[in-house]
Amino acid sequence: MTEAGQPLIQIENLTKIFYTDEIESHALSGIHLSLNKGEYVAMSGPSGCGKSTLLSIIGLLDTPTGGRYSLNGKTVENLDFTERSRIRNQEIGFIFQSFNLIGDLTVYENVELPLTYRQKMPAADRKARVMEALERVGMAHRVRHYPSQLSGGQQQRVAVARALGGRPSILLADEPTGNLDSRNGEAVMELLQNLHREGATICMVTHDPRFAKHAQREIHLFDGKVVREEELKKLMADVHA
Amino acid sequence: MIRLCNLERSYKTPAGQTWVLRRINLEIREGEFITIMGPSGAGKSSLLNVLALLDDNWQGEYWFRAQAVHEIKRKQRSELAKRNIGMVFQSYHLLDDLTVSENIDLPLSYKDVPHRERQSLVADTLDHFRIVAKKDLFPSQLSGGQQQLVGIARAVIHKPALLLADEPTGNLHSSQAKEIMELFRTLNQQGTTIVQVTHAEANAAYGSRTIQLRDGWMVSDTSNPELQPYEAVKQ
Repeated sequence: MTEAGQPLIQIENLTKIFYTDEIESHALSGIHLSLNKGEYVAMSGPSGCGKSTLLSIIGLLDTPTGGRYSLNGKTVENLDFTERSRIRNQEIGFIFQSFNLIGDLTVYENVELPLTYRQKMPAADRKARVMEALERVGMAHRVRHYPSQLSGGQQQRVAVARALGGRPSILLADEPTGNLDSRNGEAVMELLQNLHREGATICMVTHDPRFAKHAQREIHLFDGKVVREEELKKLMADVHA
Repeated sequence: MIRLCNLERSYKTPAGQTWVLRRINLEIREGEFITIMGPSGAGKSSLLNVLALLDDNWQGEYWFRAQAVHEIKRKQRSELAKRNIGMVFQSYHLLDDLTVSENIDLPLSYKDVPHRERQSLVADTLDHFRIVAKKDLFPSQLSGGQQQLVGIARAVIHKPALLLADEPTGNLHSSQAKEIMELFRTLNQQGTTIVQVTHAEANAAYGSRTIQLRDGWMVSDTSNPELQPYEAVKQ
């Protein structure tokens, strides 16, 4: 558990370099970022600014080239593969743009999946967790449906329930409204806001400024660096000039 | 393997009833490789969802081997599907926060397979699909073709008798699509019955039989004389 005043996520001078055909591309060049428990943060910036790379590193799906990253008071930038998987499974809930529900499993089974996967959890507890998560997103009445029988907005709700089932310390959302029409997009945003009011910590990547405004705090990235909003506007104006 | 008799599917809309499938009579023999084609809205995916036992809102008869599907309840249908059917989707349906080997293992978590046996099945499958080197990578670190390879590996790890594929190459470029179709051919030659929905003529050429749908009606059913079903070849 996080002690009061200690950030949930603390990132210092984080860098990520990709090497392709002997060419170095600097995806992240010295990111400093701290995120407190219960915060709702949006990361935005033009494509290629590094926001998805940063989210992957925060989500322990990828490792940084340099710098420090501590999650829930634990240093995580240099963990081995197994340890990283274990922490990811316990601490992090993911929501993806394309929902990533499995088409031949029911709503219930899709939400249950991460719980059956690694944790030794009694069946009754598992069932209680799945139903609790589905109730929080308002999809408990659809447990027996298959993804193809739901609208895109409903599918994303189920995906949010799947992320909640593991009771993660943070929800990471990568363009959660990218595949939805504006009405369904708004509904998913409203759901994230409600979860935040109930205490969830959320970090969302979005390129849509309307949705970024839903968050408490906006972080702007440009060329692998965190910049202030005014700075970003100026940089973007220069790019388009 | 499968017999559909007068199978029909419709939706109720405020404007009345909209028909999606009309009086479908279809027999699928063991070892066949069938392609379902037709324009958008012809009912291809609806038919595939009925075959996959994902949809219950149809009338008519559906026989799966000796089992009368139209007479059994949802729970038994799910059991039947989990035991006998694997599915491949256009958008892969992989979980981005699980590794390749974890994604492949998923269907086994729904069967009472002991842990050690699961590990060896996953290892065999990785080997068979030549993706051992990729086992600890995440889907986002793979190309589309590799992701679909993982999607197919997951669909067949529990050795289903029937493999259903909905536009399996729809998100791939042509050389990747060709690899996926070659893989389907191999699986079919090893005895898996396959039904695929596709827009691509090039993919249909791999099948032993092509069915055309228009507005929910089956309008043609032609065999590819060069590619006889596996069972027929064996005899």
